[in-house]
Amino acid sequence: MTAAIELMDVRKNFGLAEIIRGVDLRIERAERHAIIGPNGAGKSTLFNLITGKYGLTGGTIKLHGEDVGGLKPFEISRRGLSRSFQITNIFANMTVFENLRCGLLWSMGYKYSFWTLVDRQSRLTERAEELLEQINLGDRRDTIAGVLTYAEQRALEIGITIAGGADVIMLDEPTAGMSHSETAAMVQLIRKVTEGKTLVMVEHDMGVIFDVADRISVLVYGEIIESDTPEVVRASAKVKEAYLGSSLDEADA
Amino acid sequence: MTAIKSTDRAAAATSGSAVLKRFAPWIIAALFLLFLPVIFASGSALTIMNQMAITIVFALAYNMLLGQGGMLSFGHAVYMGLGGFFCVHLMNMVAAEEWFLPIPLLPLFGGIFGLAFAMVIGFFSTRRAGTVFAMISLGIGELIAACSIIIVVFFGGEEGISGDRTMGPEIFGLDFGSQIEVYYLTAAWLLVSAAAMYFYSRTPIGRLANAVRDNEERAEFLGYSQRYVRLISFCASGFFAGIAGGLFAINFEILTEENLNLVTSGTILLITFLGGVGFFIGPIIGAIFFTLLQTVLSLYTEIWQLYVGALFVLTVMFFPGGMSGLLFMHVRPYQLGKLNILFLPYLKTFLPATAAILGGVGFLEIAFHAKNASVGDQMMTLFWLTFDSHGLIPWLVCVLLAIVGGYLACRMAPLLRDAWDEANSLVAN
Repeated sequence: MTAAIELMDVRKNFGLAEIIRGVDLRIERAERHAIIGPNGAGKSTLFNLITGKYGLTGGTIKLHGEDVGGLKPFEISRRGLSRSFQITNIFANMTVFENLRCGLLWSMGYKYSFWTLVDRQSRLTERAEELLEQINLGDRRDTIAGVLTYAEQRALEIGITIAGGADVIMLDEPTAGMSHSETAAMVQLIRKVTEGKTLVMVEHDMGVIFDVADRISVLVYGEIIESDTPEVVRASAKVKEAYLGSSLDEADA
Repeated sequence: MTAIKSTDRAAAATSGSAVLKRFAPWIIAALFLLFLPVIFASGSALTIMNQMAITIVFALAYNMLLGQGGMLSFGHAVYMGLGGFFCVHLMNMVAAEEWFLPIPLLPLFGGIFGLAFAMVIGFFSTRRAGTVFAMISLGIGELIAACSIIIVVFFGGEEGISGDRTMGPEIFGLDFGSQIEVYYLTAAWLLVSAAAMYFYSRTPIGRLANAVRDNEERAEFLGYSQRYVRLISFCASGFFAGIAGGLFAINFEILTEENLNLVTSGTILLITFLGGVGFFIGPIIGAIFFTLLQTVLSLYTEIWQLYVGALFVLTVMFFPGGMSGLLFMHVRPYQLGKLNILFLPYLKTFLPATAAILGGVGFLEIAFHAKNASVGDQMMTLFWLTFDSHGLIPWLVCVLLAIVGGYLACRMAPLLRDAWDEANSLVAN
């Protein structure tokens, strides 16, 4: 079976700085994969390479076996990959409902049409309402997204990300800046909405990672030093060295 | 927009009353336009109304860019102007019987020409939004305005080109020789264009224009190319601007460099912003208001543009939502039934503020008269008072009014702010 995502010798330079220095990674379908690493390791850059935000300096990226290197974000999105952002990235001046509806339009085949009225599409409205319930923002339907609380905005971000029905979901630090209870709710939401899908996430909260991930890749200075199950990664001497033991011990405690 | 949206949702049900409710604003608008000339029947009133209607179409088209798509254009007069020039040429061809075309359909061709040109320019100008787009629009605006002097065969040089709308084939006995016929033609086009632009904003591409405006990166990751979304919005806007140009050609029968230049482009930006970019009716309000200032205020004072400029700056600084934004701010207090709380504080603030504004206006008018009136002409009339513009008393009165009024208004402002907060809070009083 082809992998959901396959990276072969992926490289990215910004000027003379080598940020990603030859990454090989294979993420199977329906796998929950976490990418961890110290600050500045290149996690977000790797994310941006896979989703098409940055162009590759070298190497190949395959999505469901198809080479997607050099494609634009919207083209990759149409091939079934969706992502969220580290910094909340929603349509701030539109209502929660409209945010979700925008996430649905392409996948439901509306393309760039100007001959249908969105308010009259009952299937579209239905699906948006379902999503609204799924992310528990039912009572915030007509609120302008920009005035939601931080946790609500993060939930909406997830909602927009999964709206298109992509089977590869990439989440960039979904619980960053959240309290304990908010984090717990978010983890539950992530589990619920990514059921049966391939999940790739960058995360700093080790609790969340060991809770959610099937496999973990550790990225240090643009290279993957370990990629295995949580147990193996936890025991790895290389990883301990890279992290100076701190974060992983915290997670043990 | 909240009001419009809720009617939309109601219309999702397909019952007859819901359909009626959905179209009610348009039916009311149609009746209003139909009976307007009964109230304002004079020739000058008709001229003003025609001008208003054209400006409304143009402002709505402009807001497809600015408000809906988040694209700030400094050269949108080009699309209206080119549509207009094209229509005058068509009109002349029809008059020479080289072509058969009923005059009422002329604006459609103006629109198509505007669309075609927008496609060419938009192809490269919509790659990026923001500053890059604004700069390109400015460049194109200047370029076309300069061309109008150079390419005499199309633009007619400095005197422009003129046509005659009455030379077309007669349809139902209409030759558009009278103002009222032109009014109804313009009004019909206004209604159709406004409805088309409103419903466009409710289509997938219309919603995506908003999405790209808010967050172009996010839209890309949802499967939409920000560039195509902007290009389509740009073309649609060019189309409706071209329709406005066609209407202009029919109304005024002459187009000159003035229709293309940066002044006209700047004016439509000003109109749209004054009216408010956040709501569909914003540009309509702006266009009506501005045309009134332009035609009526200019009869009373030569420095009316100074006031418009001041108003624009104040709007940008204090009411970025424009007039429609100001209006819709009151929806919430109204829904909460707390509008009455605001009445007295408004009165207390606005009375001294009005006095201050009158003082300021008086000062400017007297200064203008003292400096610009012909030698020996020292008497001026302002607010039904005639006095000597070189005397000391009027100056003192104006300065006093401005200072005292301004001071009192500033003193009252916190009171108004408190009342405003209270009127918007959910807590019952």
